[in-house]
Amino acid sequence: MKTDVLIIGAGAVGCALARELSKYNIKVTVCDKNDDVGGDASKSNSGLFSTSATMPVGTLECKLRTIAHSMMMNICKDLDVPVIECGSIAPILYPEQLETAKALTERAFLNGVYDYEILPAQDILEMEPTLNPDILGGIYSPRDKQANQFILVSAMAENAAENGVEFILDCKVTGMDVSNGKIHMVHTTKGDIEATWIINAAGLHCDDIAKMVDECDFTVHPRKGEFYVFSHDTPVKVSHIISSVPSPKTRGVLVIPTVDNNMLVGPTADDVEDKSDRKTTAEGLASIKAQALNMVPGLRFEDTITQFVGARPAREPEGYDIRFSEKVKGYVGISGVRSTGLTASVGIAGYVVHGLKEAGLELERKVGWKRTRKGIVRFADKTVEEKDALIKLDPLYGKIICRCEQVTESEILQAIHRPVGAKTLDAVKRRVRAGMGRCQSGFCSPHVIEILARELGIPEEDVRKRSENAYMLDKGI
Amino acid sequence: MKDYNCCVVVVGAGPAGMAAAISAKKNGAKNVIVIERENRMGGILKQCIHAGFGLQYFGEELTGPEYAEKFSVIAKDNGIEFMLNTTAIEIKDKTLVCVNTEGVINIHFGALVLAMGCRERTRANLMIPGSRPAGIYTAGTAQKLINVFGHKVGKEVVILGSGDIGMIMARRVSLGGAKVKAVVEIMPYLAGLTRNKIQCLDDFDIPLLLSHTIVDITGVDRVESVTIAPVDENRRPIMEKAETISCDTLLLSVGLIPENELTRSADVALSGITKGAIVNQYKQTDKPYIFACGNVLHVNDLVDHVSHESEEAGKFAALYAAGELDAGEAVDVMPGDGVRYVCPQKMTCTEANVDFYFRTAVPGRGTTLTISDDTGVLVTKKLVCTTPGTIEKLTLPADKAKAVCGNIVVRAEHKEA
Repeated sequence: MKTDVLIIGAGAVGCALARELSKYNIKVTVCDKNDDVGGDASKSNSGLFSTSATMPVGTLECKLRTIAHSMMMNICKDLDVPVIECGSIAPILYPEQLETAKALTERAFLNGVYDYEILPAQDILEMEPTLNPDILGGIYSPRDKQANQFILVSAMAENAAENGVEFILDCKVTGMDVSNGKIHMVHTTKGDIEATWIINAAGLHCDDIAKMVDECDFTVHPRKGEFYVFSHDTPVKVSHIISSVPSPKTRGVLVIPTVDNNMLVGPTADDVEDKSDRKTTAEGLASIKAQALNMVPGLRFEDTITQFVGARPAREPEGYDIRFSEKVKGYVGISGVRSTGLTASVGIAGYVVHGLKEAGLELERKVGWKRTRKGIVRFADKTVEEKDALIKLDPLYGKIICRCEQVTESEILQAIHRPVGAKTLDAVKRRVRAGMGRCQSGFCSPHVIEILARELGIPEEDVRKRSENAYMLDKGI
Repeated sequence: MKDYNCCVVVVGAGPAGMAAAISAKKNGAKNVIVIERENRMGGILKQCIHAGFGLQYFGEELTGPEYAEKFSVIAKDNGIEFMLNTTAIEIKDKTLVCVNTEGVINIHFGALVLAMGCRERTRANLMIPGSRPAGIYTAGTAQKLINVFGHKVGKEVVILGSGDIGMIMARRVSLGGAKVKAVVEIMPYLAGLTRNKIQCLDDFDIPLLLSHTIVDITGVDRVESVTIAPVDENRRPIMEKAETISCDTLLLSVGLIPENELTRSADVALSGITKGAIVNQYKQTDKPYIFACGNVLHVNDLVDHVSHESEEAGKFAALYAAGELDAGEAVDVMPGDGVRYVCPQKMTCTEANVDFYFRTAVPGRGTTLTISDDTGVLVTKKLVCTTPGTIEKLTLPADKAKAVCGNIVVRAEHKEA
């Protein structure tokens, strides 16, 4: 098949780019090795939209994140992505952190963040009474926000698809025919693709793709982050994002209120070799717990409903690198995008599209580009009267499949049948929360397997939890 | 929105709900409605196709579906109304809010009986480290997939936890052609009933590893192996002795938790130990119009007990709805040495026998069970042995119940471990 622009990777950056390019009269294709959009890092992180306060000064990363942070609320409004504007607090626990905190406020100023300030302990404790009463003060950052990162990424993908972008999933790039400074063909597990422009937005795997065009003068390894997810009804909940006073390597452990009302606590930051390693570890979980309890002593870890691992791509050397190849015409490499990428994605998209224009891609604005997208209406969030009205409109809103999160069959069907819809249990779960609750899919998974098989027209034995061979049942082979 | 009125509404058409509904009707409730989210009555019994039910209640050995069928026939004969495919979502004072495909239904009741059963503890509750591939199921979910949906879950299976469902599933998947490589139990003793160990593990040559746990799960797409390790006396794994077992499926039978989310919407006081409502001997909660029975109250070992307990709940719910239950001042019923919990947790002044159901804290032999009040021991029972996997029952006779002085304490003392 032929396309004008092929984006490799359907994470936050790939999907933001797809949406940005869908504004123009060109053919855009996105492929991803996974069964679903959301990539690796983009779907398994803390969902933070943070300001650039603590970013390295003067870097491309800092610039793009600053720009993106100011755009994000509008984009979330257009795409019906819920955001909580909770602000963040970094409690200062030790005298030596006071110096770090002061240096950070200086840096924030240089980064154009003027509302990042140190407040006295008394004021901080009044704002966030769950904090350790022995704090010496805290850094308050009022414009840090939280969203469901997967809903954002899938909303961008959905909107892009509505505007004509083609998504090819379960599609791994296996090689490229490169000669005379040009990519002639991209080979994938779903056939060959010929493209004028090829954008490498493969995140954790961007080095593998870059090697195919000999543009890989860096390495990428996973930096594992383990998280706990807390039940809705845990008694001690924070109302701000609580973060450690950051160190150069990581922001440290955070306690995060979420739009879905499940607190997240984590992450660790462990550099590993194996890109498929998503194992939680006893040590990692213990270390998060100790650090979090130091900040918020009342947290009840017995109320966690699950623990998971996200893998951020750690590039060496560090830093965002957006490269319009001189060696290989038509290749754009994006690397070095780390946890900041969720926020920065929409900035990166604008930056790359501008670069494509400069490099000669003719971009004629489409007439009637659809700016907005509506989310799936969540039954659980509605009042009794609204619930009754929803069921009258669609009786399947009256059929509750996931009892823990009160997810109805109607929502599951919408998740499956929307553009770039769900094909696996995890994909359904991420879109509408079936299986995300206290029983962790024990009650609903047999029903969701049945619904997926019916709607996708496949045998139940072929229903997967997620990509590749993650079959739920015994296939009998 | 539709509105219904009834004397007694029961949430859940499992064994507890059906027994409560029948008993409420027999004790004078004019109309009784049972709300059930699934399309059939029977609750979890529908998936329990093994025998072993009903020996105490019916005096014959039945399968789960047979036991449920007997109750559903009696229920229908008694004119009880079942609302199937209907989910209760909230209790607002004396109204139960339900939904089904026709819309929202408000059921205004005189008394409500909670009979929602329980859910299974998950891997996350135990914080088992490792990856999160397909092929990890709680034992009950696997049971539903196999016995109700007709699927197979895997070929090589490891089971964590020696609870009854875990052992029954070890036998079930073996009969289906899978190989059960081990049943792993962190405690030094069995969690479930001894009869299940004999019938489900020993008869199928399935190894039971006591004082062991799972310390890692490997597999990107599907489970590839689990790593097990023995534990020390503080239940901490001894990692030097860890070993890996290849398998494609991990089943978890690591405990049950009463499903009390609906109960919370009514602000009913819950016990931190049983995770069920705190009730008096009438199974009445601190909201006098709400009663609870079966596994939503405390996790039972035998369905026969559930049926008996639930009949009590249904009876007193009917009496309450008719204005004939006047529970007076209550005393506390507390677990003493050697006892993990007692249900009911309260006892009001009464002129009838009162049954206490409880679990011992640790297994032992030569056990003496006692009920005491401030004046001393009121009831004593001696048993050859007891285990926490079995629910014990002591009855406080009417004459003594009437004269109770101060709080009640139930104790268990073993002669030897």
